[in-house]
Amino acid sequence: MPESESAAPPTTAKRGMPPKSIAIWAAVALVGAAGWAVLALSRGEEVSAAWMVAAALGSYAIAYRFYSRFIANRVLKADKTRATPAERLDNGVDFHPTDRRVLLGHHFAAIAGAGPLVGPVLAAQMGYLPGTIWIIVGVIFAGAVQDMVTLFFSMRRDGKSLGQMAREEIGPFGGAAALIAIFAIMIILLAVLALVVVNALAHSPWGTFSIAMTIPIAFFMGFYLRVLRPGRVTEVSLIGVALLLLAIVSGSWVADSSWAETFTLQPGTLVIWLVVYGFFASVLPVWMLLAPRDYLSTFMKIGTIVLLALGVAFALPNMKMDAVTEFASSGAGPVFAGSLFPFVFITIACGALSGFHALVSSGTTPKMIQKETQVRMIGYGSMLMESFVAIMALVAASIIDPGLYFAMNSPAGLLGDSVQSASEAVANLGYTISPSDLTAAAAAVEEESLLSRTGGAPTLAVGMAEIFSAVFGGAGMKAFWYHFAIMFEALFILTTVDAGTRVGRFMLQDMLGNVYKPFRDVSWKPGAWIASAVVVGAWGYFLWVGVHDPLGGIYQLFPLFGIANQLLAAVALTVATTLLIKSGRLKWAWVTAVPLAWDVAVTFTASYQKIFSDDPKIGFFEQRSVYQAAIEDGKVLPPAKDMGDMHTVVTNATVDGVLSILFLVLVIVVLIDAGRVCVKAIRNPAATKLEEVPHVESKLVAPAGLWPTKEEKAELVTAGAGADGKESTGTGSSS
Amino acid sequence: MSMSPALKEKAARIRFLWREATGEATYDRYVAHARKCDPRAEVLSRREFERQRVDGREADPREGFRCC
Repeated sequence: MPESESAAPPTTAKRGMPPKSIAIWAAVALVGAAGWAVLALSRGEEVSAAWMVAAALGSYAIAYRFYSRFIANRVLKADKTRATPAERLDNGVDFHPTDRRVLLGHHFAAIAGAGPLVGPVLAAQMGYLPGTIWIIVGVIFAGAVQDMVTLFFSMRRDGKSLGQMAREEIGPFGGAAALIAIFAIMIILLAVLALVVVNALAHSPWGTFSIAMTIPIAFFMGFYLRVLRPGRVTEVSLIGVALLLLAIVSGSWVADSSWAETFTLQPGTLVIWLVVYGFFASVLPVWMLLAPRDYLSTFMKIGTIVLLALGVAFALPNMKMDAVTEFASSGAGPVFAGSLFPFVFITIACGALSGFHALVSSGTTPKMIQKETQVRMIGYGSMLMESFVAIMALVAASIIDPGLYFAMNSPAGLLGDSVQSASEAVANLGYTISPSDLTAAAAAVEEESLLSRTGGAPTLAVGMAEIFSAVFGGAGMKAFWYHFAIMFEALFILTTVDAGTRVGRFMLQDMLGNVYKPFRDVSWKPGAWIASAVVVGAWGYFLWVGVHDPLGGIYQLFPLFGIANQLLAAVALTVATTLLIKSGRLKWAWVTAVPLAWDVAVTFTASYQKIFSDDPKIGFFEQRSVYQAAIEDGKVLPPAKDMGDMHTVVTNATVDGVLSILFLVLVIVVLIDAGRVCVKAIRNPAATKLEEVPHVESKLVAPAGLWPTKEEKAELVTAGAGADGKESTGTGSSS
Repeated sequence: MSMSPALKEKAARIRFLWREATGEATYDRYVAHARKCDPRAEVLSRREFERQRVDGREADPREGFRCC
């Protein structure tokens, strides 16, 4: 029997709650229930965003207090007497027992990205209710569970990555499939994120200038940290943020000056710039561009999220979007095709369940955690925070006028190229906005046009500008806040593009190393350049295709991105379930197996529809044959404008369809291989080999949660540390 | 202006958490760690240490990977 089973039951297993706690938790439950009731029962009237926030926070509190505790204590049996890798291998740098509050911040900054901001905005086409339900229920039972369990198992293996765990615990075949899947998914991820940036910056001299300025700012910060004052992160970041704000303000001056033309770029031009940037960013030394950008985007990210939470809390705006739109059942929405099941789950992706988090949870964080019991706060807790970011994005998308929402998020082919044609197209969708209102909305944020600004970022920026200007600065500040929000999103998307290209390159070098040895040496320059060029070329291809797709790049590619992300979650949940079974926790395997089953149902249905559906709006191959047939008849089908467009549609549909098949096949291979391992482990538990590091007694004393309990305070005092646990960091064991 | 001990304690705690969060404390930690093993150990200068630390990310870019 594996060791974990025999571990002592952690923490005090007191039965029964004191009356005061019961009263508090009953009140929390009532707040959450009130939020849900108002959201569910209101029809045809505007509901305050306060109810959405109440439903979310109430549900999170209950889930954290009860479900995550159950998983930590009963399922994982997190053991506070067992030393973590940070304690055993402490070298003061990579492996280092980090204060739990600091690590929570690090982990949250690493998992929070553009996904939870963009997905919910697009999903709002089905109304705010389906999105709200999935963001909250999904995080509680799937997303946060995946993050926490992956973190736990990686911690038990000295911080091994998801791919390594798949290879060691499932086998070389499933492991290789998982690695290729991760690589392919990464490419689509980078392309779609870059597409979001292109759509936000095209024809916008203000935005383009501000974002371009982040490159010299980053170079300056890099030079400062390398040469002038090494390691002084706070001061250089403060200077950087000040310069960034200056860049946003001066973007407005540039837009009104003779330079405006230089920074007014076509989408295609932006693609070329991004690809060139991506290549150089990934081959330049880390200190020059990546490291300073990372500081900048982390400060901006945390700051803006806090600002948004305050803005929502103070402004408490009303939601103008319907609770459920008719697109939920008809599946004919202009933002993405397909009906509520499975596409709302595919589109929301990261805010509820994100496969990519498994890569973070099995990387840096497990090497820094102080106490096993802290996986609950760091793994589960930070994913709840991420989910709340998704809720705020949904609020921002739902408070703007639905007519404007659809005018911003429908493909250009549907809207035509004037405010008149767009107003008519929106009316055909069942919503109203006058041409003059469309012009006024663009003028309010000092943009040439807001028509078909797909990808979610501009919509979110309009919503955020609405919220921020209501609290700080009034209507006169709207344009500033809009560009502030665009900057905030573009900045960390570009940081992800930069870091993601490097990770992709690294994986490719590793794979190519099997064919030609020198590739494996990461310091071999030609290898790095070739691999970088291949990775940039791959996402650059999809980006180019997305920008020029007559059907709309986001409309075509976003579902593929969502499917890819959710399939990666399936891989992570498969590894987690396999490990639960192999470590003798069969009784509790449902904790990850149920979300896995749901995720498989969603992704397989979505993939099946994308491959086999006979609706040309949904099925890639049906789309291909419809357009191919029209080409043979010499006809041009709208929204294609000419034969060139027709051929583009055929090529893109083929590539997207083949990619859907590839993703699906790879994940099926992982699932089957894992199933084989699980069956073997269940039939013969005694022969099961688990790659877990053996138990070593922990000497560190540290609280499990944000606030130490009474018992933990007493332990800290006995250990000679301060009652808040501060002193126990790093040197706690030796003092 | 003198701070009360409680306030001082609070300020020190915030400063500690901030320096840990930004990574500014990493060098001090490295020196403390090296000295703990051997009080007369040769330690890198801050400049050298920070250089090696950031260059280490070159070798394996998966460290510190950011998510979508």
